[in-house]
Amino acid sequence: MKEITKDLLREISEWNGEFKGAYNIREDGACVGRVSSKNIKIESKKDQPGLEIFIAPGTKGETVSIPACVTHGDIDDLVYNDFYVGEDADVIIVAGCGIHTETGEPARHNGIHRFFLKKGSRVKYLEKHIGKGHGTGLRSIDPVTEAELEENAVLEMDTAQIGGVDRTTRITAAKLGEGAKLFIRERILTEKEQTAKTDFKVELNGKDSGVDLISRSVARDDSHQEYHSVIIGNAPCTGHSECDAIISENGKVDAAPELHARDNDAALIHEAAIGKIAGEQILKLRTLGMTEEEAEATIIDGFLS
Amino acid sequence: MLRLENISWSTPNGIEVLKNLDLTVPDGKLIVITGPNGGGKTTLAKIIAGIYKQDSGKIFLNDQDITGLDITERAKMGISFAFQQPVRFKGITVRKLIELAAGKELDKNELCDIMSKVGLCAEEYIDREVNTTLSGGEIKRIEIATVLARHSVFTLFDEPEAGIDLWSFTSLIKTFEEIRNNLNGSIIIISHQERILNIADEIVVVANGRIKASGEADKMMDILAENKSVFGRCSKQEAMF
Repeated sequence: MKEITKDLLREISEWNGEFKGAYNIREDGACVGRVSSKNIKIESKKDQPGLEIFIAPGTKGETVSIPACVTHGDIDDLVYNDFYVGEDADVIIVAGCGIHTETGEPARHNGIHRFFLKKGSRVKYLEKHIGKGHGTGLRSIDPVTEAELEENAVLEMDTAQIGGVDRTTRITAAKLGEGAKLFIRERILTEKEQTAKTDFKVELNGKDSGVDLISRSVARDDSHQEYHSVIIGNAPCTGHSECDAIISENGKVDAAPELHARDNDAALIHEAAIGKIAGEQILKLRTLGMTEEEAEATIIDGFLS
Repeated sequence: MLRLENISWSTPNGIEVLKNLDLTVPDGKLIVITGPNGGGKTTLAKIIAGIYKQDSGKIFLNDQDITGLDITERAKMGISFAFQQPVRFKGITVRKLIELAAGKELDKNELCDIMSKVGLCAEEYIDREVNTTLSGGEIKRIEIATVLARHSVFTLFDEPEAGIDLWSFTSLIKTFEEIRNNLNGSIIIISHQERILNIADEIVVVANGRIKASGEADKMMDILAENKSVFGRCSKQEAMF
């Protein structure tokens, strides 16, 4: 494993020389380390690049990590990973991506992750993206996440892209069965000329299913972000989405939330707010002894925490 | 000791709010500034904290001229300001805000000490965000907690009673009584509340941009009672809810 990969792993995952539990490390499109556990089997796909991860029914408290790192330019990495989560399992899945380039050539990682959550299973899915290096080549990360949640399954997605990624298009789609719950926390920071698009589509098909989607973003300098969410309530269900954005300098944010109620007992809510940092917030922190710059950084760190 | 000399301030459209105002706050005193709405009380407090810059006049803290210092520099010298309408921060927890105020990380016991002074249970609040889920009374008490965490030499409270419920108000009075009994540095409280006026060492009445009267609290309470029509709405028996 390259030193750059080790540096990226430290930033995108809990790696500190080793992983807890099952893992697969992907470096420049190839596997550089894999360990399965008794309950979590990781296998290579036969027909396309990527993995099949089988989590046995009833598995509790285990973590599986599948980070992907791109260490130089002129790489276009495409990977398909499928997670099969057995009934009543309760696990953490860590799937970050780091891209490093020191040249003018572009580097891209496109991870397509599919989750199949069986009845009563719970997954906490952590995904952190980062771009590093001094190269002028565009760093792109384009994740696609698809999830199918059976009865009473719960998926908590916690995703963060905090700096260094020049282009990103994120697509997240989910279908929820009876009593299933989906919680999404997304944080995106763009700077310079970066662009980020994020697109959600959640279909609430089962009675008492629910989604809580919170996206927080900061667009600085000349960066541009687009947020689009679609929540479709096909059954008695609850849906809530919240898109909050801070803009500074010439940052631009477009937000287009959609709610579609297809059942009389679907309760859907959307909240959106875009604006610069409130002057009163900076004043308050300055009265605690911070400079204006320190106050801004503290407000943004907290907002994206 | 804080000393203001000949302070004047006008709004950007030219309305005079403070007119050649002089004020001295001795060490170890709790001063309550009262007076009718629009008289210049909040403006005066914001000028002391550096939030507004006076058009003319000078400000001294312990004989050091701080007229040219900005908000941050004054805060670093030990001036604290509790806002009348505290701001909320998405994503910043109560713990984080109090630690920012204290300038260091705090353990649970230290957090508990600070939070209990404002009648809140640290366990229940420190991991909550300082956002709209907090009630008016809760956010007000957390605002006061941030100021207490700083151990300032000079603290300003701008209408701490505004916008809080009766229960919070009663416990707030207790908090100020405790602060009064363990006073470390000087405090100015801007208030209309008789119960807050009652714990003052000195009372200053600001009206029409000037100090209309000032003196020891006992005497001032009598004067205020006798001259309600002169001083306008300076004090209230109970909070407005």
